Amino acid sequence: MNAAKPTMIEFRDVHKYYGDYHALRGITASIRAGEFFSLLGPSGCGKTTLLRTIAGFEGISSGVVLLDGKDMANVPANKRPTNMVFQSYAIFPHLSVEENVGFGLRRDPRSAREKAVAVAEALEMVGLKGYGKRAAHALSGGQRQRVALARALILKPKVLLLDEPLSALDKKMREQMQMELIRLQRQVGITFVLVTHDQEEALVMSDRIAVMFEGEITQLADPETLYRRPNSRKVADFIGTMNFVPAQITSEGGDVVEVDAQGFGKVTLKTEQCMGKTTPTGASVGFRPETLTILFDGQTAADRETMATVTEVVYYGDMTYYDVKLDGTDQPVRISMRNVFGRPVLDIGTRARVAWSPGALVLFR
Amino acid sequence: MAKANQSGLGRSEAASGLLLISPTAIYAVLLLAAPLATVVMFSLLTGGRGQITWDFSLQNYIDVWTGPVYRAIMLRSLIVAFGVTLVTVVIAYPIAYFVSFHVEPSKKSIWLFLITIPFWTSYLIRVFLWKVILGYNGVVNSGLLSIGVIDEPLQWINYNVGALIVTLAHAYAPFAILPIFVSLEKIDRSLLEAGQDLGESRLRTFWRVTLPLSMAGVIAAVLIVFIPTIGDYVTPDLIGGGKLPMIANMMEVQMLKVNNKPLGSAIAVSAMFIVAIIAVGFVLLNRRFIGGQK
Repeated sequence: MNAAKPTMIEFRDVHKYYGDYHALRGITASIRAGEFFSLLGPSGCGKTTLLRTIAGFEGISSGVVLLDGKDMANVPANKRPTNMVFQSYAIFPHLSVEENVGFGLRRDPRSAREKAVAVAEALEMVGLKGYGKRAAHALSGGQRQRVALARALILKPKVLLLDEPLSALDKKMREQMQMELIRLQRQVGITFVLVTHDQEEALVMSDRIAVMFEGEITQLADPETLYRRPNSRKVADFIGTMNFVPAQITSEGGDVVEVDAQGFGKVTLKTEQCMGKTTPTGASVGFRPETLTILFDGQTAADRETMATVTEVVYYGDMTYYDVKLDGTDQPVRISMRNVFGRPVLDIGTRARVAWSPGALVLFR
Repeated sequence: MAKANQSGLGRSEAASGLLLISPTAIYAVLLLAAPLATVVMFSLLTGGRGQITWDFSLQNYIDVWTGPVYRAIMLRSLIVAFGVTLVTVVIAYPIAYFVSFHVEPSKKSIWLFLITIPFWTSYLIRVFLWKVILGYNGVVNSGLLSIGVIDEPLQWINYNVGALIVTLAHAYAPFAILPIFVSLEKIDRSLLEAGQDLGESRLRTFWRVTLPLSMAGVIAAVLIVFIPTIGDYVTPDLIGGGKLPMIANMMEVQMLKVNNKPLGSAIAVSAMFIVAIIAVGFVLLNRRFIGGQK
């Protein structure tokens, strides 16, 4: 859906060393104009370093960073068409809200009055109308965040960089700001690059996500692909919950792979469901908790069915998580079920029928 | 009953609070307020020829504020204090900046330790050293003479206000470096990145972000240097060789040599008044930089 959009940021084999430490290991990727792009990974994976190479705060040891087609090698941070929302928000404590928002307008040729109008508009856009005269240090976390956004967006950058902007907010505020950021991004149409360690946040907000581990991009895809077809156990583990059962590849040919998966028996998988090229010992089949369904009286499986024993029940109100042992396996797997009015929550030890579908399985080898 | 209990508790809390602060309060009253009150009282009496008579008048103040000698000496004291403050802060800022921004975090404490080295020797010895360096037959003059840069010793490097400023600036440098360093350390480094991110060069970011945010330290440094130097007594005596008295030397003359304690007290109170006005004015001028930062 974004295929027609031109490239805004391009990394070509970018490496970064801190002394002996290899922080970025050959990053090659491109970010399209106008997309909401996330860099997702655990702390220390290099995602913030990569973001800072776009901003110009971090030099690179080798490779090329192109911004809107221009090589950024010798362009200092203050000359780049990017603006950043810092993790700490970096609101200038000695300036008022409007002085903060207007900070970058010093060289703007417009008159003081026009600038004041622009500042007021920017504040209105982020929902801080009338806050201009407030002292910056008197703002709450969420308000600081909004000031930081207004301060960056008023300069109409080509790219807005967001370094874990929501990590300091409480859960409610965070969810609200996520929606607000999506709305803002659609409104201004600027390319957003977000750094986050929160997989849910990345899934909610992004058009595309790059999952990073140890200085490399492990997978770059849209949220749905990332969730349904993670290309490695690492990615699968990091994003959401995934169950794994041991499996053996029995035959491989054409565009299908036959596997014998513990608890599922012989299954035929399409090659697009098979991740990894080499075949080291111990292949496994993975599936998301919601792709298995416990069948209640009178329900029949749409595809396949197997028997299992409930070993643990965790009730969440809207959801119930069941740990079940599929017949023929020794480790329990997790199934998440949406609770429906009038349907009982099963007890530990109950024998249950479980419906599943080969299409939901992913083979890792 | 609950109410009575509550007020009883309140009384005992107030009482224990007073009890807790009483040592400090007694100390403050006896050693700070009482001497000050004594000096103010003395300044209103009439003195002369070693006698003090209980005639209250403002004559001492009229003498101090209208006498040309006192005015000239007060003016010299102010010039020296302003000069020392300016030189000290201008030199201290880059040092503090360097230690805060360019020294590895693990080595900062050793740098601060090194900066305090001048304190290891007595101030008297340091003043004498400057005398040796700047004197008529001092290190600078004999050095320049021996390499033939000058034919006769330079007069303008010793026994003048410049020599006083150099000596005092050296002595007070650590006092200025430390508060500026502390205020620079407190600056969130991402603010400097934000300044650049918003299109400003490093220099501009310094002017618009670093300097205003470190002003609290600069103000502290200015006050810490200015207030003691204006009342300095040893340096003008030794470096100036008695020819460059400052206001404290004048007090000494009146108090001890002429034995006119009321007039000496009036000089002291007047000097205190001037310092207070300048300090308060300076703080008010920089009010927007003090406090309000987290």
